[in-house]
Amino acid sequence: MAVATKERTLTMAQAISEAIGQEMERDERVFVMGEDVGSYGGIFSATSGLLDRFGPERIMDTPISEAGFIGAAIGAAAQGLRPIAELMFVDFFGVCMDQIYNHLAKNTYMSDGNVTLPVVITTAIGGGYSDAAQHSQCLYGTFAHVPGLKVVVPSNAYDAKGLMIEAIRDDNPVMFFFHKGIMGLPWMSYFEGSTNAVPDEEYTVPFGEAAVVRRGEDITIVTLSQMVQKALVAAEELAADGISVEVLDLRTLVPLDREAVAASVAKTGRLLIADEDYLSFGLSGEICAVVAERLDTLDMKAPVKRLAVPDVPIPYSRPLERHVIPQVAHIESAVRDLAT
Amino acid sequence: MDPHEDQLLWMYETMLVIRDFEERMVNVYLEGKLPPDIQHGLAFDIGGGPVPGEMHLAAGQEPVAVGVCAHLRDDDTVVGTHRPHHFAIAKGVPLDKLAAEIFGKATGLSRGKGGHMHLFDPERNFSCSGIEGASLPPATGAALAYKKLGQDSVAVAFFGEGAANQGTFHEALNLAGLWNLPAVFICEDNRWAISVPKEKSTAIASNADRAAAYGMPGVSVDHNDAVEVFAAAGDAIARARQGGGPTLIEVQTDRYLGHFQGDAEVYRPKGEPEELRGHDPIPKLATAMRGRGILDDARDDKITSRAKQRVTVAYEFARESPLPDPAEALEHVFV
Repeated sequence: MAVATKERTLTMAQAISEAIGQEMERDERVFVMGEDVGSYGGIFSATSGLLDRFGPERIMDTPISEAGFIGAAIGAAAQGLRPIAELMFVDFFGVCMDQIYNHLAKNTYMSDGNVTLPVVITTAIGGGYSDAAQHSQCLYGTFAHVPGLKVVVPSNAYDAKGLMIEAIRDDNPVMFFFHKGIMGLPWMSYFEGSTNAVPDEEYTVPFGEAAVVRRGEDITIVTLSQMVQKALVAAEELAADGISVEVLDLRTLVPLDREAVAASVAKTGRLLIADEDYLSFGLSGEICAVVAERLDTLDMKAPVKRLAVPDVPIPYSRPLERHVIPQVAHIESAVRDLAT
Repeated sequence: MDPHEDQLLWMYETMLVIRDFEERMVNVYLEGKLPPDIQHGLAFDIGGGPVPGEMHLAAGQEPVAVGVCAHLRDDDTVVGTHRPHHFAIAKGVPLDKLAAEIFGKATGLSRGKGGHMHLFDPERNFSCSGIEGASLPPATGAALAYKKLGQDSVAVAFFGEGAANQGTFHEALNLAGLWNLPAVFICEDNRWAISVPKEKSTAIASNADRAAAYGMPGVSVDHNDAVEVFAAAGDAIARARQGGGPTLIEVQTDRYLGHFQGDAEVYRPKGEPEELRGHDPIPKLATAMRGRGILDDARDDKITSRAKQRVTVAYEFARESPLPDPAEALEHVFV
């Protein structure tokens, strides 16, 4: 991992578009397809400025035809190109999932490794701004459940750039999930911890290596994406009350750094999982399994606790949405429960 | 098919209600979303104010809603789009409950669970979705039900020209054509799929031509005109009611505002919205009605002030209504 050589901060959106642009300069096989990725620069600015630099042959606005253009990314990749396809909101995967889970995820395996599909699908996730049930989900657990897709979920600009370059250079399909509430957009409130120092030069952040983003002794919070920033705010508050919280940012779900989870929990003996995806059958359960499978070596001081969306669609009205999406206050309260 | 006097009056007043409902929302929506009330450094905060979230307004697109819904009864189904207020209003969804839902209030259609893109009024068989192309299959299913039940109701799916490139458009049209269903598919062509213009998204000039592939008539309404929509929709709906099968109608219409409020519209030619407003369908209908002796100044004033008053009452109801109890978020995943 490279170290920032000078202090230049970028928003996560800027870091992602910079990574894509640098890889497009380096490798002419890389191109982008998606709705409003051209003159609009991506609804969440992940391709901002790229049309002017690379032109419409490589930054391709598509019709509203996700099954078509995401499927086309598979075919183009099989012919040696390296497509990046943007699915505007992850919630829209329903119209194109067959191409993703039955083909993109499986063709390599079904061909005994003879077909490689270096496709990156970028997609926006997350709620918190009242966009309701069809535009606020995270759903990374759904994709992580399907074998054959690498799943990347950054929490900040530095990681996002390095993970995006790693994703583009990977010869396997990668789902790259960016949370709208940490992109640093000028039209949506966001957690400012996601905007951080990003080196000008290219660098990679390897998949499968979680990051300890705050060291602590009393309790481990395993989390990802925007929830990392919420956890860091909560940890600061809790420190004032003498509770020392360790925050582990998973950064990728596939591959998943189980050893980092186990190592942190071995130290603290207490685990909170803070997740914005649905509670059941997903990420938070998977992290629980990491602990459950190591109970012979882990000395747990309290049962594991989970914070996630309690198995309801995301409601529109603000008090309803805040009730179901874990907030900083919920994290603080859960930590206090666990710590006592 | 020409509209009668009462149909013209209904279309005129309903268009006035829609326009006022939408244009008032432009300002209401901005409340709490601008500096200095928001996070430092932001120009706008989509999640702020009394009406947070995305907001897709239909000012300019009134003719397609009223020209179709003028022919519909409560038992007919309408499935709308992510830009749904004009359809809901024209289908007769109560304005107060509609406004309250958009404000996320406990008195709203769904007590705040659905919001602006997800409006449900089962009494009037109205629903909509935030997913492009999602309206066509459920409308096809409603039409299938009417046929199976021997009921002379019809189902209407509205969708944008951008959604006509989704698989659902093609699959649903084929089903409706194959099964000869009482369905009418209305393509609301405002030429913009967010920032992507129709000529850069669609391989042919007219979506009406696609009807031929699915064994149904395809009709183009070339002007953003309530009477022209009324005529085309009237023929299609009457044919569907009589067992004559589905129709695809493409209507040229105009999006006066951004894709969503807050959209800087950098992609749009300068002056286009102003130019479009030069062909406003509401005064056009008024002029036509005056020409037929149906409208004069006194009647126009009365209709216009009544329309405004209806919107005022609905907005006041929405503002004054309570927010739902947070714990309600956990209810109604199942019944």
